[in-house]
Order: sequence, then C-alpha cells, then structure tokens
Amino acid sequence: MANGETYFGTARGRVDGPAKVTGSARYAAEFAAADLAHGHVVSAAIAKGRIAAIETAAAEAVHGVLRIFTHANRPGTAWRDARYRDEVAPPGSPFRPLHDAKIVFSGQPIALVVAEDDATARYAASLLRVRYAAEPHATDLERQRGQAYVPRRKRTGIAPPPKPRGDAQKAFDAAPVRIDHEYRVAVEHHNPMEPHASTVIWEGDGRITVHDKIQGVQNSLGYITGVFGLSQKNVRVLSPFVGGAFGSGLRPQYQLFLAVMAALDLKRSVRVELTRDQMFTLGYRPATIQRVALGAAPDGTLQAILHDAIAGTSTFEDYQEVVVNWSSLLYHCDNVALTYRLAQIDTYTPADMRAPGATLGVFALESAIDELAYAAGVDPLEIRRRNYTRTDENEGKDFTSKELMECYRLGAERFGWSRRSAAPRSMREGRELVGWGVASGAWEAMMMKTSARAALTADGRLEVATATADIGTGTYTILTQIAADALGLPMESVTARIGDSALPHSPVEGGSWTAASAGSAVQAACRAVREKLFSAARAAENSPLANADPSHVRFVNGRIVLAADPARFITVADAMRAAGLERLEEEATASPDSATQKRYSAYTHSAIFAEVRVDAQLGVVRVTRIVNAVAAGRIINPRTARSQIIGGVVFGLGMALTEESLPDHALGRFMNHNLGEYHIPVNADVPAIDVIFVDEHDDKASPLGVKGLGEIGIVGSAAAIANAVYHATGTRVRSLPMTLDKLLPEKPAGRA
Amino acid sequence: MPERDAGPATGLPDRMPISLTINGEVRQLDVAPWTSLLDLLRLELGLTGTKKGCDHGQCGACTILLDGRRINACLTLAVMKDGARITTVEGLAAADGGLHPLQAAFVEHDAFQCGYCTPGQLCSAVGLLAEGRARSAEEIREHMSGNLCRCGAYPNIVAAIEQVMQ
Ligand code: FES
Ligand code: FES
Repeated sequence: MANGETYFGTARGRVDGPAKVTGSARYAAEFAAADLAHGHVVSAAIAKGRIAAIETAAAEAVHGVLRIFTHANRPGTAWRDARYRDEVAPPGSPFRPLHDAKIVFSGQPIALVVAEDDATARYAASLLRVRYAAEPHATDLERQRGQAYVPRRKRTGIAPPPKPRGDAQKAFDAAPVRIDHEYRVAVEHHNPMEPHASTVIWEGDGRITVHDKIQGVQNSLGYITGVFGLSQKNVRVLSPFVGGAFGSGLRPQYQLFLAVMAALDLKRSVRVELTRDQMFTLGYRPATIQRVALGAAPDGTLQAILHDAIAGTSTFEDYQEVVVNWSSLLYHCDNVALTYRLAQIDTYTPADMRAPGATLGVFALESAIDELAYAAGVDPLEIRRRNYTRTDENEGKDFTSKELMECYRLGAERFGWSRRSAAPRSMREGRELVGWGVASGAWEAMMMKTSARAALTADGRLEVATATADIGTGTYTILTQIAADALGLPMESVTARIGDSALPHSPVEGGSWTAASAGSAVQAACRAVREKLFSAARAAENSPLANADPSHVRFVNGRIVLAADPARFITVADAMRAAGLERLEEEATASPDSATQKRYSAYTHSAIFAEVRVDAQLGVVRVTRIVNAVAAGRIINPRTARSQIIGGVVFGLGMALTEESLPDHALGRFMNHNLGEYHIPVNADVPAIDVIFVDEHDDKASPLGVKGLGEIGIVGSAAAIANAVYHATGTRVRSLPMTLDKLLPEKPAGRA
Repeated sequence: MPERDAGPATGLPDRMPISLTINGEVRQLDVAPWTSLLDLLRLELGLTGTKKGCDHGQCGACTILLDGRRINACLTLAVMKDGARITTVEGLAAADGGLHPLQAAFVEHDAFQCGYCTPGQLCSAVGLLAEGRARSAEEIREHMSGNLCRCGAYPNIVAAIEQVMQ
C-alpha cells in the first residue's frame, strides 16, 4: 500500500498560524479559573549561606494575601532524590524549592506569596524581610578551573569524549604548523519571550489540571506525581502552545513545584508566573574555557588535535553536554586527545540551550581551524575540504549519510566565496572593513521511542495524537502533513493533537529528534488504520476492491483506489459505513532500529558563510550576509524548515556579538537580568539569511528519512562570524561575545 | 490571624472609574490606579492575546494600538487613558473573522514560530504602516526593532510587512 506524497516535502503554512495571529492561542499563564489565586516568587539576595529569618507579618497583614510559603511552613513532599529527578536531569541531587534554610544560588526561590490577585501578591512579596547568614561563594569559573574534575557519573544520552587515538601530544610537538589557544564563551540565558509559568487548576477531590510551560508534558507529569505523591489519574498536564523555550522548558522549573504545592495546600487554583529578571535564575548555557591545539603538515593536513574544555556546573548536579567530541568527528585525524571537565560554581545548574555543547565546542574548533588555515597559508574553505572525513572516527562507524562536501560547494557558490581576497584587512568599503568567514557545523540526528494514536471517523476526519510539543518548531504542521499523506486525505481533514499528558507516550521535545520520532510514530499509527480500513473496504458488499491485494491500492483524495485502474475505488467514508465503523482507532510505537544504530552514526551537517562589516574606528560589527547550507536528510516542510534554520542563525548571531550574562562575582549574581541589558538580536541586527537544503538521501537515520533541524542552524554560526571578523580586521577574538571593546584598535587594559 | 489593613498606604483610592473603547466595544471599568493597561487586558478582561514578555518596556510583546498609535501596554497605567480607543490583536481581524492583511501575510511568510511575540509584532506593524515612516526593508527593520523575537523570525516579519506595504 505504498502511497504517494502530496504534502511531504512541500512548503505549507502552519496549521496553528491563524490561532497565533489572532491571539487565540493560549499559553501557560493565560488559563483562568473562578477560584484562581496568584503566587509571586521571592528570590534570594545572596549566592550562598542560610536564611536566618524571614519576617512575614507585614506581608500577611495585606488584605487579599492568602498564604506565604517558606521553608519553615512548606507542606511535606517526597524525601528521596529520585522523586525529583526528571527525564533529562543530570546526575546529582535536584534542587528542591523551599526545602530548608540553605541558599545555594543567588535568586533561589525562598518564598511564595499567594494572594487573591497578582498585584497584591507582588506588593506583599516586597514587604518580606529576610535576614541571611551569608557564606563566601564562588561564581567565577576562571578561579575554579583548578578544581575541575571529570564527572564520575555520566549523564544519560551524553557521550563522554572518545578514547584518545594515536599520540596527540607527540604528533603536536612534531608538527610543522601549530596552533594552540584558549577560547571562551560567556554564560547565556535562553530568554524565550514567554516567561516560565504554571497555572494549576484545582478540579476538586485532589485532582488538578496543570498548564505548564514545558517541552514535555509527561516529564512534568512524572515530576508532579513523584514529588507530591499523586496518582497519575489525578493529574493532567497541558502545553498546547509554548512561547519559545530553546531548552529552558526541558526540565520542570521551580514555578511548577511552587504552583502545584500551593494549589494542593490551598485546595484552589493557583498561577505562578516568573518575572523577566527571575528568568535569569533558571538554567543557562554554561561558560566554558577551552583549549584547542592543532598540529598540521605544511599543506594544512591535520596531524594532531587536542581539545580540552572546562565547563561550569552547580554544586548539586553534574550537568554535562557534548562539547569536545565534535573536534574528532568533523575532521580526519590519527592523533586525537579530547578531555571534558566540570568545575563547580554557586549558581543554579546549567541547562541544555539550543544545540547544547556543540555551539561551544564547534566555536572553538572552527576558530582554531581558521587560525590554522592562515598559519598554513591555505584557503579556510579548502582546509576543511582537505581534512574531510567520510567515517565517524570517534566510533569507527560509517555515517547513515553525509553531504557536507556538497554543503561546502553549494554554500560557497551561493556566497561567492571564490571572489574572496585572502589577506585579512584587505577588503574595505568606506569606513568599514569587510570580512568573509566560513565554518562547519554538525549535530547528532537522533530518534527516540515515541507512540502515537490515529483515529479516523466516519465523516472522513482524521485525528493524530502524541504527547510531544510544538515550541515554534512546526510540530503541529509536519504531523498533519505526514498523517494526511498516509491516508490520502486533504490536510484540512486532519487534526494533530499534542501537548497533553493523557496522549500516547512521547519523550520531551528537544535535541532535534521530534520530526523523526513523533513523525514516524504518527505515520505508523496511520498505516495501522490504513490496513484496517483496507480490510473493511475489501469486505464491503460489491466492493470494487474485492479481490485486490494491499499492494495494489493507493489512498488518494479521500478514496481507496486500485492503482492499475483508478476508476475503481471506494471512498474512505463509504468503506467506514460499509463496515459499520463510526471510528477506527489505532496506536503504534516507533523506535530507532538498534541494529542500524550499532553499525552507523547519524548526523546533520552544515556549512555556514558569513559577511561582516566592522567600523574601522569604532569596532562596531554588523553581520550583513549569511548563507547556511544544510544537509539534514529529507525536508518535510521547506517553509517551516527554513524558519528553523533562520532562527538558529539569529540565535548564533546573538551568541557571537551581544549575548552575555554578566556576573558580579562580589555579589555572586548576574547583573544584567533584563532584556534592556541582556541583548538578544533585534530586527535591525539581522541581515538577509540564505538557507540552502542540500539533497541528502538517508534511509537509515529514521523511517521518514528526516534528521531534524532545531539545532543545526546555530552550530557554526558564531564561528563563521568570528572568522569573518578576523578576516575583516586582522584581530582574532577568542572570547564570545565579540563586543566592540575587544575590537577597538587601542584595547583598554584588563580585558582580553 | 494578624490584623489586615486596607492595602498599601498610597493615599490613592482603591479603584477609579474609567471608560475605554476596546476593539470597538465601550467598556465602563473600575480599575486600581496601579494597574497597567497590560494587566487590565490580560488579568481583568481576559484579553490574553496581548503578551507580557518583560513588564519593563524592553521587549514589545505587549504592543497595542492606543488611538491608532503603537504603545507598550506594560508601561501605561490604565487610569491615565480614560476615554481612549484601544485595539489589541483580538481586534485586528474584520468583524466577519477575515484576517487583517498583515495577519494573513504573517501566516503566508511564516513570520513567527512560537507565536508569543506575534500579537505585539502585528500591532506594531499596523502602527508602523499608519505612521508612513517605513519605505524600505531597511527602514522596516529599524522601526520594528522595539519588538523582540527570540525565535528569530525577523527576515520573515520584514517580508510580510513589505508585502502589505506595497
Ligand atoms: S511586556 Fe511590555 S515591553 Fe515587554
Ligand atoms: S515567534 Fe517566538 S518570539 Fe517571535
């Protein structure tokens, strides 16, 4: 029953578009109830120590205040750490809000003031008087690097650095061309436009419905039932719309704990919405100090790669991501030594943030490769081609597919790379220096076990459902396309339901695995429906398909058609009617193929080209052109896919030029905790971005042949921009963001 | 139980009567003097289409049209605008539900991803077109820079506005 594809691979508008442009799409803080109370979080003013006393009398006296929760009166919750560990928790002891008097990071929630309305809660919260017994804190990774350690327990799903190959140190010492530098990336915060929020609706009899800002409703469900000892049947978590997350919504955040706690205690509905400054008290992209040393032959052929990274983590969890492995994945080299260590600081635990790890490691690697190109006198694009690898040398496996060479070729052609003048500072227009840079990118193409349900009704409508999320990624739309194709229905007859913990099992929406995973599950469920429907159609009285073999029919335009003779068909609705079926429902699970996984590695790749203009006197950098050529298997919807890549590039532009959560180490907290001082790119910062999807056939990475797009857009972006800045100015900036002080001709003392 | 007082000692009355025309409908409202237009819309009137991204005038998510001009609803106290005419994203579409040309262009150009900044972008774009200040993509970029989009939909936002401008 092979089916043609009407929608797969074609540009389609988002099915949730109308809801989003009319304001009818509702986000976590936008659900209400008659008995809704509002909670305001009070954040700790010190980074480490103890709460000596919290005076709540003045706040309690305010009319409309319902209750003030602190560690002193917190209702009982689970005891064991395991109860607080969510699906994606790193090893360690998860943070427990209001657990005791101990303060372990600045901004830690220390009280929840619940009142009849939001303004009263906010006002009363300002009346709390807190006395602290502060202890010395350590928030400076630079100072803690001496204490760095290899994490004893590995985080599930995060590959540790591969074993060393050859003798990297010896090969480096002997190499004719050598590069050896440190690279730094500042702390960044996700800052989705929607602040984290949870609205808990009290349904009575101990039952709650939770509207949570989360990338995996079932992750929140597991957390709530574990921590509060509730039965699964009494809790339902919903997140039909998520106002961006970029990883900040993978783990349940503390507002969820607080809102559920308050609702259960007060036996009424409670909403807790964080303020923008409290968004800087959640997980973040950790700062890293990396050393990359490359040894090469005079023609730029790599002979040694050494890459060491030290990343910050909290004192209570060993957060880990893949930072260094990319260095021996992207290029062929026989002598490789990679190390990854953590150093503890007194902040909250870092969190996955768009292409976690890869953005950091690839920035360092791709900057170093660029430096090597200049040192060897080889064109930066050519040196990447020269060191190309066709196999995954970390794992000794073939790739399921790898069209990176084609990314280089098509990207360079579109960008006009051949017209580049080689020497730094050699291109100029008016008072601006012009520079062109290139970088490679990679991200693992993962697939996760996911279940989905498909239900066809007699009116010819199809509903597909799985508990994943759409954080702006286009999940609703691609699932609708896949389902419509599988049963030969128009997209308008298909509804995709997601973001509901009562739906079939799905892991968190992240890691770029949702299209491959949820997409395959939906397709499998639809195929199961198709088989049942076909049997019904064949059995129908006077069926035109009476003796047809399943392989001889196609599902098109709401009909089941005999492929050899399209005049012979039965409509889906007739087949349902004939079989007396009101509803045909099937559930299916799609899992990655473990035999294939043992033999092959699956990655997406990209080649990104950037043009910058740098004011020669002022050091102001403008990115004026980006071409990003991406090889990511099949593309389900080129329109939403392009948006994913553009979004990633814009994120990378912010990382390259402006984004930095500036710590005040005297106070142990981030100073610029607002959108006026933490600069994400604005419209005027963003140039034309040209996205190329390179043809890539892949029949192994996933049943659909897709590889995922959420992360690959950002990987390599910052490096390409940094390399362009070097080409423009002759100044190599090895610490992000490249703020103008790092580019001024006369650098002020004291800043690298 | 401690004694409860009547609220913050501001000397202000608890509630003040104002009249607003919201999306064409005249509303007589009693609002607290400290309530922002944004909180009035979202929390008291259930018009949650207008978004709160920062509450500090730094992100543009709360952009609405006040007497035809785009403003940040989070930076405006409701009592200051007695008698004003307000349009929110819920009021952009025609009475028959037909999308405003900008709404349609946003869908067509995929000018959003998560959709959280979108109501603000739309109201801002309506205001911009009325100002007649933008004549090129470059100028659209500049004059739309008060509306942040973390999803990075900017190039598509510009394309959508350009289409309607022509
Ligand atoms: S919420 Fe008003 S500008 Fe951000
Ligand atoms: S669409 Fe997500 S912030 Fe703009």
